[in-house]
Amino acid sequence: MNNKTKSRILRMNPNIFLVWIFMISISMIFVSLVSAYIVKKGEPGGFNVELPLMFYYSSFIVVLSSVFKQLAYYSAKKDNFKSLKIYLLLSFIGGLSFLFIQYLGWVNLVDGGVYFVGHPDGSFIYILSGVHAIHLISGLIFILVVYVFSIKFKIHSKNLNLIEMSTTYWHFLTFLWVYLFITLYFYNI
Amino acid sequence: MKETKLYEEKVVDAHEEHHEQSFIRKYIFSEDHKTIAKQFLITGIFWAIIGGAFSFLFRIQLGFPNVDLTSLSPIIGNWLTPQGKIDPEVYLALITMHGTIMVFFVLTAGLSGTFLNFLIPLQLGARDMASGFLNMFSYWFFFLSSVIMLTSIFVEGGPASGGWTVYPPLSALPQAVSGSGLGMTLWLVSMSFFVVSALLGALNYITTVINLRTEGMTFFRMPLTIWAFLITAILGVLSFPVLLSAALLLIMDRTFGTSFYLSDIYIAGEALSNQGGSAILFQHLFWFLGHPEVYIVILPSLGIASEVIATCSRKPIFGYKAMVYSLIGIGILSFVVWAHHMFISGMNPFLGSVFTILTLIIAVPSAIKSFNYIATLWRGNIIFTPAMLFSIGLVSFFISGGVTGLFLGNSVIDINLHDTYFVVAHFHIVMGSASFFGLFSGVYHWFPKMFGRMMNRNLGYVHFWFTFIGAYLVFFPLHYIGIAGFPRRYYSFTNFEAGKIESFMDLNVFVTIAAGITFAAQFIFLFNFFYSIYRGRKASQNPWKSNTLEWTTPVNPGHGNWPGKIPKVERWAYDYSKPGAKEDFIPQNVPYSKTPESNLPEDEHH
Repeated sequence: MNNKTKSRILRMNPNIFLVWIFMISISMIFVSLVSAYIVKKGEPGGFNVELPLMFYYSSFIVVLSSVFKQLAYYSAKKDNFKSLKIYLLLSFIGGLSFLFIQYLGWVNLVDGGVYFVGHPDGSFIYILSGVHAIHLISGLIFILVVYVFSIKFKIHSKNLNLIEMSTTYWHFLTFLWVYLFITLYFYNI
Repeated sequence: MKETKLYEEKVVDAHEEHHEQSFIRKYIFSEDHKTIAKQFLITGIFWAIIGGAFSFLFRIQLGFPNVDLTSLSPIIGNWLTPQGKIDPEVYLALITMHGTIMVFFVLTAGLSGTFLNFLIPLQLGARDMASGFLNMFSYWFFFLSSVIMLTSIFVEGGPASGGWTVYPPLSALPQAVSGSGLGMTLWLVSMSFFVVSALLGALNYITTVINLRTEGMTFFRMPLTIWAFLITAILGVLSFPVLLSAALLLIMDRTFGTSFYLSDIYIAGEALSNQGGSAILFQHLFWFLGHPEVYIVILPSLGIASEVIATCSRKPIFGYKAMVYSLIGIGILSFVVWAHHMFISGMNPFLGSVFTILTLIIAVPSAIKSFNYIATLWRGNIIFTPAMLFSIGLVSFFISGGVTGLFLGNSVIDINLHDTYFVVAHFHIVMGSASFFGLFSGVYHWFPKMFGRMMNRNLGYVHFWFTFIGAYLVFFPLHYIGIAGFPRRYYSFTNFEAGKIESFMDLNVFVTIAAGITFAAQFIFLFNFFYSIYRGRKASQNPWKSNTLEWTTPVNPGHGNWPGKIPKVERWAYDYSKPGAKEDFIPQNVPYSKTPESNLPEDEHH
């Protein structure tokens, strides 16, 4: 494949491209759920929910874990294997803590009298955070896969595709939660 | 995998020269797009037989409501009442499963799964899909989904029976109808796996088209099949996740007792506690998938027809770019018309008029496509292969079924026609028959590439004429029944005023007989298909004298498709009957430097 053709035909690593389309399809799940939620909030008879404090903490944690993930990517780019592994672990722990804090957030909600079973204004908060959490678990598994590859020294400056894919996906999940959090915040004041 | 075994012998000798893979890796958990395409095709055929048989069963109830079916009881056993009639709840289950099977399992998975998998790498000059692994998963998720859906037919209480659109609250409350119990749960689980399968497939199709085109295959040199497949896959990626959302909320309502779709319900003497939900929300979510879905069903067939009509008219496709832009236009519009399925759900009439206008605009790209098909045929050197006949049949159905769409898309007229047999007639012609004809056309046309043998041409002609005339005889009378006001999905019409039901009885009898004959004629195809896999005439490398790249592969392409280098693309796919050329076709891989006698002035720039 010569350079002339490359310039004529859009080319990207197919696997990285796959991740992007995958993120688009996930976005559609949330677009549909959020628009359903917005319509529901516009109807009379509902109520506003005071978002649990834990959701503020978890938003901070998930952003922090995304920062670690980016640092891991930079380390791989510089062939700094030691910090690569440390940052991967940190972002993994960040993700795990996020999940745990989300769970505490649910406990907060239940304590505040907002139940999953009941008026959809409350149920939607569980659905949105729950479906996000499920996707975050898939992101965690992806980090684990990258970690195993990094132990085998299969991730380095000449082989960045895998860590690029997992970093893009992880940032997407972070962005998604921040977006959901802001949406929930503004529709409940 | 019984289906796979059917053609194993054939493929074994074709693959002899290639590196050996175990039987399981080669035929069952295969990552080769050609094998996966055949798996989709044969599973789709299996489902089409079931879906067709179900429709014939409920047609018997509609045409011959008093007939005694006791003689069928060894097969359908407890689906009958003691009088030998089809049980009313079974009737509802039959129409639901017929819709689900035909729309999703046959015309989405069977059609897209077969031709997108088979043709995208072959026509683009790729060794395989971007990810053979995900592609394999796509089929096996579909298989799993099929097994669950098949199981649901046999469970206590029967399969889902709230219609293929599974509107709540009917589908959300097990006490509503017996099919809303375990059958509905299995339906939701099966469809969730189906969505996963469709998404894995679509991710792969898009990535392959964008990233794995061979040298010289620019976007505007791609055959129209590939354009249609690309738009289909994009629609799938954007719409199927929404079905997953809809299903997820329905699952929550059913299992945990949430109220997303439920509010103020009083059923069987009991007031339910659900408050604040909206059944209309489900309709919005469902049709946001549902409308693009009908284009997911028809677009691959339109793409196949473009290719077959150009090849068998020995003419360049008329208006290549207009075809591409109308495909894109249909794709975009398909996302902004969903509420025309909901005109009578109590929506704001102003909103209704917006959706009416957007819906009617779809007539523009659709008319462009129809015009271009006809203009391609016009004064062409037409060769009536069975594939060509089926493609012309598709154009016929696309037009005659599309015209009734203009009435249904109008929110005012829809008040009268909504949920009558007029709707049934409309979509069975424009979506059902048209895309089935595209499917048949594709199978007849690419069978030599799939199995290295030809299907029997004369059986193909017989199959075509029975199916073409039969489909019109089945679906055209339904327009009249619909205009007369007969609602769809009803088991019987005993509440109609005296005389009205009788005056349409003969038409219903006629439709049922026509449906029986048309269904029986499909066995000609089945025989031809399976017989030809083993005993068909051996195919030549390019039996239809076609331009596209798949015909430059060996008769039985191995893993990797081309034994040597992948051919380079030098021109578009439609250089048929070019003035001055030695032959009436110039394949895409022939450079302009080799055809000085037929080059046009603008060709010199390439």
